[in-house]
Amino acid sequence: MANLIPVAKTVGANKIVPTISIPYPLGDPSTTKEQQWKLRYHRVGVALDALTIDVKEQTIFPVKI
Amino acid sequence: MKKAILYLNQFFGQIGGEDKADFAPVINEGQIGPAMELNKNLENAEVTHTIICGDNFMGSNEEEALKTILEFLENKEFDIFFAGPAFQAGRYGNACGVICKAVKEKFNVPVVSSMHVENPGVEMFKKDVYIFKGGSSAAKMRKDVKVMAQFGDKLLSGKKLLPADEEGYFPRGIRHQVWLESEKPASERVVEMLIKKLNGEKFETELPIPKSDRVAVAPPINDLSKANIALVNTGGIVPVDNPDRIQSASATRWGKYDISKMEILQAGQFKTIHAGFDPAAADADPNVILPLDVMRAYEKEGKIAKVHEYFYSTVGTGTTQAEAARMGQEISEHLREANVDGVIMVST
Repeated sequence: MANLIPVAKTVGANKIVPTISIPYPLGDPSTTKEQQWKLRYHRVGVALDALTIDVKEQTIFPVKI
Repeated sequence: MKKAILYLNQFFGQIGGEDKADFAPVINEGQIGPAMELNKNLENAEVTHTIICGDNFMGSNEEEALKTILEFLENKEFDIFFAGPAFQAGRYGNACGVICKAVKEKFNVPVVSSMHVENPGVEMFKKDVYIFKGGSSAAKMRKDVKVMAQFGDKLLSGKKLLPADEEGYFPRGIRHQVWLESEKPASERVVEMLIKKLNGEKFETELPIPKSDRVAVAPPINDLSKANIALVNTGGIVPVDNPDRIQSASATRWGKYDISKMEILQAGQFKTIHAGFDPAAADADPNVILPLDVMRAYEKEGKIAKVHEYFYSTVGTGTTQAEAARMGQEISEHLREANVDGVIMVST
């Protein structure tokens, strides 16, 4: 899970899920705690699902929130 | 005059060939074989002792060989340690690397060797030892010994060292901040590089990126609901007292921390020590980097079987690929031992 997708690709991460920033990858402090939780829950869920998916090359998994 | 000690295998130590490869380590006063050549070339040091050990002895009894040789050295005064040159001899290269690394760790003196690029010892020990780019066979003995001696002299005299490529040893993956003789600022240099690039001319980067070696895609997890998932991060999340003293930049250390009895990562108990970004958000809520809270939710729902008892942490700013790869390997050994099935890795 990374914010700098090009860097993640360069260093060879095979399954990449985007995060929202460098200092707070999984929860923007300017939003409510509830919104932060929802975003984090969603993106970590995408990452967990990614672990079950068979990929042949570096793949960026889309997120909705 | 400073003092140097040289390590040789049984062949160059004039004990014998392959039939003597089981030869147990000995230390001799004075110079044997290549030690004479090394002594002749060294200006700032005298080679006082020659250590000889059979390649197979070092290969199959490494612990005993190291113990014996380190004991030999215990009461000796020396300022620098040399091994080889090992040319393209794989076992010899390994032996030179093993002994140099151990001597450096125990006695904190510079260690210098020389190997051919194809010697597996290069890949194994170039991070720990100054390994010069040597010839493939003993025909290059004089030249390789001279190079080692010249660099040894330079180290001992405290002269300014140049980058690995200019000195002629295999890059160790260490970055230094230096003032350039030209005093030309980075802004001018980078614009010059950019103009060259735009014109399709050759230019030399100041930040060579080591060729990346790819990791194969891990096979997918069949049943997530039976899986043990670990959390790893490079965002520097640690207990507030940073017990492993992980560096805030250019990290060489990592830590593992027990979360088996926690539902979330509490502010005040955990924080980030990463020097590359504003820590305010992560200090106020460490879960924004290490998402334990939602992992517990997925655990309760049964989407995953469990969250691994420990999370793993280091800092990913200024950290060289060589260090990162080593730490990654060390962490993955722990994960494998703990039967972890998958990892969520958050980088910042």
